[in-house]
Amino acid sequence: MKKLFPVYIWLLPLASGGLFVALWYGIRAFSGLQSWILPTPWEIMEAAARERSHLSVAAGHTALGALGGFLLAAAFGFLTSLLLGISRVLRAGFYPWLLVLQMTPVIVLTPIIMLWAGPGLPGIITITWLISYFPIVANMTQGMLSTDMNHVALFRMCNASRRQEMLLLRLPSAMPYFLAGLGIAATLAPIGAIFGEYMVGNSAGDSGGLGFLVYSYNTQIKIPELFATAIASCLLGFIFVAAVAGLNWAVLHKWHDSYERDDH
Amino acid sequence: MEAVSPIVNFTSLQKSYGDGPLVLDDINLAVAPGDFISLIGPSGCGKSTVLKLVSGLSPWTKGGLTVAGVKPREARDRQAFIFQDATLLPWLTAQHNVELPLRLRGVPPGERTAKARQMLALVGLDEVRDYYPRQLSGGMKMRVSIARALTLAPELLLLDEPFGALDEMTRNRLNEELLALREKSPFTAMFVTHSVSEAVFLSNRIVVMAAHPGRIHAEVRVEFSYPRRPELRMRAEFQAKVNEVSGLLHEVEVPVRA
Repeated sequence: MKKLFPVYIWLLPLASGGLFVALWYGIRAFSGLQSWILPTPWEIMEAAARERSHLSVAAGHTALGALGGFLLAAAFGFLTSLLLGISRVLRAGFYPWLLVLQMTPVIVLTPIIMLWAGPGLPGIITITWLISYFPIVANMTQGMLSTDMNHVALFRMCNASRRQEMLLLRLPSAMPYFLAGLGIAATLAPIGAIFGEYMVGNSAGDSGGLGFLVYSYNTQIKIPELFATAIASCLLGFIFVAAVAGLNWAVLHKWHDSYERDDH
Repeated sequence: MEAVSPIVNFTSLQKSYGDGPLVLDDINLAVAPGDFISLIGPSGCGKSTVLKLVSGLSPWTKGGLTVAGVKPREARDRQAFIFQDATLLPWLTAQHNVELPLRLRGVPPGERTAKARQMLALVGLDEVRDYYPRQLSGGMKMRVSIARALTLAPELLLLDEPFGALDEMTRNRLNEELLALREKSPFTAMFVTHSVSEAVFLSNRIVVMAAHPGRIHAEVRVEFSYPRRPELRMRAEFQAKVNEVSGLLHEVEVPVRA
């Protein structure tokens, strides 16, 4: 593939973004829709500036819930996959149930989770955890089972112990898969937290997150503010994804083929 | 035959997978210490399986096989395996890849670093010690793989088409280097290949195998003395040997039906 000049990599998205904004203004001007149905980008920016303290406090709450759920999912996902990778019996016994859990929409479980974990942060973290857990387990378990058979033979030839095979072979070769799972979980965690807040945040006193703001602005029909909340949520999601991408780079860039450069 | 006891000894060995057809039948082969034996034959003749049996990675069905007088699995300390691709761990540098067998044996870090450096120098790769496998060419990867196999100074080296994926020039170079390494630290070798000239250049014995079931068709002795020089390939006797082996190979090759 022919490479683009670096300047275009910045310029082209800016151009398409500009086109999109122009289209937005065009639709607004010609459709006669009112501000509270289709606010202009400028009105959204004004709303974001007006509500900035609400939005940033709420984003902080959401970040906390999302991070808590994400870290729990990462830790438990890692451990689950490790066990499923080690033992064929555990894999056969438990993996189908994990699929069942995955197939169950969390929205249905929300009232039960709230009943058990309580409203506010504990419930929100639990919801986020449930939503982000499965992609990590699915990916990393796959990784634990995708070890190169010649590498396994090499370890066997050297009379390696099970422990050595796990630590020096299976775990490192599963790392790219684990990180891929984390990448998906990073996009899901803020969504999970916002969803949790939307469902229950209103019962947690005045400390609602972005999900609570959605609920609150919606009941007041504050449409520009809702758009501003969407932008804040998007930024939060971006931070999560960027953090995992950074981790991915730190772990893999030296050796993994996905960071292959053409310069050698 | 020599009075020395063989390092690998096949006696009327048979192998099949489950109730399936025979993979290997009536294998009788005694590998003497110091032998460089090449196994050559059409695909499906089980030549790679022979190496897997010797390394204890795969069981056989009937007959006998000993390595250094004991069961193959119990003789793993005496042997090393070089695979068709270099099978380097991509997350380890060349240096750490070569250290791996020492690490698995519990050799202390200082000692294994020194040993691995020495091995990498021996294969001419001290410059790229800290490179990761993806930064190395095919030939370099294979050299690292050879260095890794030789760190434990094995008595028996099993090589499963190690140079099959390389271009001819690199392959010839590595053939010469392999023999040079063998002069420095002698090992017995069992070498699976598709290349007749490679087999003639390296070995003192060539075993030609036939397929369905895999069996030994003929054995050719190659009497050229070691160390062998690259010029050997130019000599008429060398060509004659290549022709002889090619002729035997032709006998067992399944005729191609268009």
